[in-house]
Amino acid sequence: MNKKSICLYFQVHQPARLRLYRFFDIGKDSHYYDDFVSRTEVRRAVRDCYLPMNELLLSLIKEHKGAFKVSFSIPGATLELLERYAPEVVDSFRALVDTGCVEMLCETYYHSLASLTSPSEFRHQVLKQKDKIKEVFGVESVTFRNTELIYSDNIGSEVYDMGFKTMLVEGAKQVVGWRNPDFVYSCAAQPKLKLLLRNYSLSDDLAVRFSDTSWDVYPLTAEKYAGWVRNAEGDIVNLFMDYEAFGMRHPSESGIFSFFKELPGALLADGSMKFVTPADVARSIKSVGTIEVDDPVSWSSVESDMSLFLGNELQQDAFNKLYAQTEKLAILADPVLWADFGHLQESANFYYMSTKFFADGAKMLNPSPYGTPYEAFINYMNALSDFIIRVDNALAVKAE
Amino acid sequence: MFGWEFPPHIAGGLGTACEGIVKGLAYNGVETLFVMPHASGDEDQSATTIINASDVEVTEVSTKVEEFISGTRFMYVDSNLVPYVDPDEYFEAIEKMKKEELKSTVVGFGQKFNFSGKYGANLMEEVARYARVGGTIAVQHKDEIDCIHAHDWLTYLAGISAKELTGKPLVVHVHATSYDRGDEKHIDTRVLDIETRGMLAADRVVTVSDLTRNIVINKYHIDPAKVVTVHNAVDFSGRENLEVERGVKDKVVTFLGRITFQKGPEYFIEAAAKVLKRTEGVRFVMAGSGDMMNRAIRQVARLGISDRFHFTGFLRGADVQKMFALSDVYIMPSVSEPFGISPLEAMRTGVPSIISHQSGAAEVLRYAFKVDFWDVDAMADDIYALLSYPALARFASREGYDEVNALKWNNATAKLKKVYESIV
Repeated sequence: MNKKSICLYFQVHQPARLRLYRFFDIGKDSHYYDDFVSRTEVRRAVRDCYLPMNELLLSLIKEHKGAFKVSFSIPGATLELLERYAPEVVDSFRALVDTGCVEMLCETYYHSLASLTSPSEFRHQVLKQKDKIKEVFGVESVTFRNTELIYSDNIGSEVYDMGFKTMLVEGAKQVVGWRNPDFVYSCAAQPKLKLLLRNYSLSDDLAVRFSDTSWDVYPLTAEKYAGWVRNAEGDIVNLFMDYEAFGMRHPSESGIFSFFKELPGALLADGSMKFVTPADVARSIKSVGTIEVDDPVSWSSVESDMSLFLGNELQQDAFNKLYAQTEKLAILADPVLWADFGHLQESANFYYMSTKFFADGAKMLNPSPYGTPYEAFINYMNALSDFIIRVDNALAVKAE
Repeated sequence: MFGWEFPPHIAGGLGTACEGIVKGLAYNGVETLFVMPHASGDEDQSATTIINASDVEVTEVSTKVEEFISGTRFMYVDSNLVPYVDPDEYFEAIEKMKKEELKSTVVGFGQKFNFSGKYGANLMEEVARYARVGGTIAVQHKDEIDCIHAHDWLTYLAGISAKELTGKPLVVHVHATSYDRGDEKHIDTRVLDIETRGMLAADRVVTVSDLTRNIVINKYHIDPAKVVTVHNAVDFSGRENLEVERGVKDKVVTFLGRITFQKGPEYFIEAAAKVLKRTEGVRFVMAGSGDMMNRAIRQVARLGISDRFHFTGFLRGADVQKMFALSDVYIMPSVSEPFGISPLEAMRTGVPSIISHQSGAAEVLRYAFKVDFWDVDAMADDIYALLSYPALARFASREGYDEVNALKWNNATAKLKKVYESIV
């Protein structure tokens, strides 16, 4: 009997924070970022999560002599911040990749929602990211994960056309339907693209619930969790989560690090399971069938749709105004404008405008720096308005 | 004269208006004693003598007012009861109040009370105490005064008390009414009660506009014969217009004020959307904050104009001047505005203004454009015209500037002096 595969994937993400950008700044000051806050947040994540967790992963990889594998994705914009404010952590990720047990996945350079609206901008960012990974880690990425695991049939075939063999997808109810997420599927529009479906229940046990003392199974031990994974029926269990869960969402004193230290051993103990990377899957595991997804799904929010990012009229208007600039920028091909355009596409900007937390009573998993979604919107639109003026001015100059 | 605040320590426009009035009266040869709950000592006393109610012991009691006070339970105040006060300023005032937590809550015979003179949570209690102290002050100065003048409901009880204890005639000055502050279903009846008592007890009721005069007559059922309109003026002496460098090339249309039902923000947004359909090179700004702000933001996003419609949040001090200086058109689409001083400020900065017929200022500003607050088509037309026809904008700017400079407290208070003379 084949061993059951475990695919462990971590998303690393730090957005470039926007500064308080007032109406009075429009047309006068085109630096939109709060570098101090970005630096502080990055260094906090490095201290609490990236460095200790990377160290732990490296020791586990050595301890299990190649049997323990993980995957990462780090948007290029985040890599830029890390290179600027914590270059030592880039070295530490590179050391992980160099073990051969760590796969670097590709995504959009600016952690953007471009795939939802602009195929050309999407492609631009994916290829930019692919180059960045090659530059920083010296590897070709062959697997794709989209921002927030956004996926639809169309996006799947675009991704395949860019040369990727495997893509990560949220194992949402509307995707999985009657099926079991713990198998490998393929894209309905492009059957050669393999899909790995996130097991959201087992993933969130770790990523969200681990430190919740009101959880009925609290505290979670490595043995208990390994038992659940073992009981999952299927070829593969895909555990996809934010890297920041380790040491930030679940602080060190929650015991998350000691839990994780025990986890690979517990999972490998009886020899029925093995760790794989998505690239391994592309080579070794066959698809059991296609999956059809018309409307985009994502790993955000309970509904697994785009409502957290584009659910209200504020988000939609900001989004439309932003992407209305795409064609103008293509004409201009100005790297400075492109970079600002990229940062303005950062999905967090839209997340902060969400009003879902009003109704759900749900806690924001990642807290917003703004007092209200309205403040987030005003600040964003002010910065975007300045950006649009710059784009239009540049076009006018070019036309002359 | 009973007031609640006086520059430089003011939370709203009431203190500014009072300063204009005492200075104007001095110019017209009328001497004033200005009583306020809490004076800081750095007020400009060149035109009046300020009496700090916090320094005065209570020695006289007005039965009429006592009866009212003892029959009323004073709960904390949770709404915006003060004219010209922004919710943010109000909130700040309350926060400050909490910090300066007042120890004494009762003021009895032979006691002094340290008023905060703010608009805090125990505003009602302060109003009652002010009434007690006010009566005593009036008795102490009985021989100097010919007439008592009380500004807005906060001071009406003090005015009534003073009138009863001295027998001098009383003028109450209505800067705003409960009917302007909210819709009729949400009126604070305690305030309404005090307002009505003040107007009934008064020998003359002075209103800041005919609009307010009509409310006083129709809603408070006050005898029209004793209600007189004295329009507000504004003191621009010593004011230099700011030179501001513009960041945007576009024309800017500005709404500046509290974003509340009373100010009609949604009509401004509707008009903006209409203008944006027809023309480019214009931006709209809503400066201020208030309970309708979030709704306004959603409306802007729904109309898809958020790249051309900006919110600044609450502005204070120099930023207000800066905002006017950056504007090409000012708009005040108020649903109900006793007077409305902001278009005067705009016009003084040379900004052509569009105001609603439902504002008191519309009665005195001939060179402001006037529309009904609900008529967004007319509003859009006016905005479009002012943006598109430079000759019109230049004319409105120049004439408006001269017009507001001519609105002097000296003239307004000459009328006020006649009111005094009619009852003394």
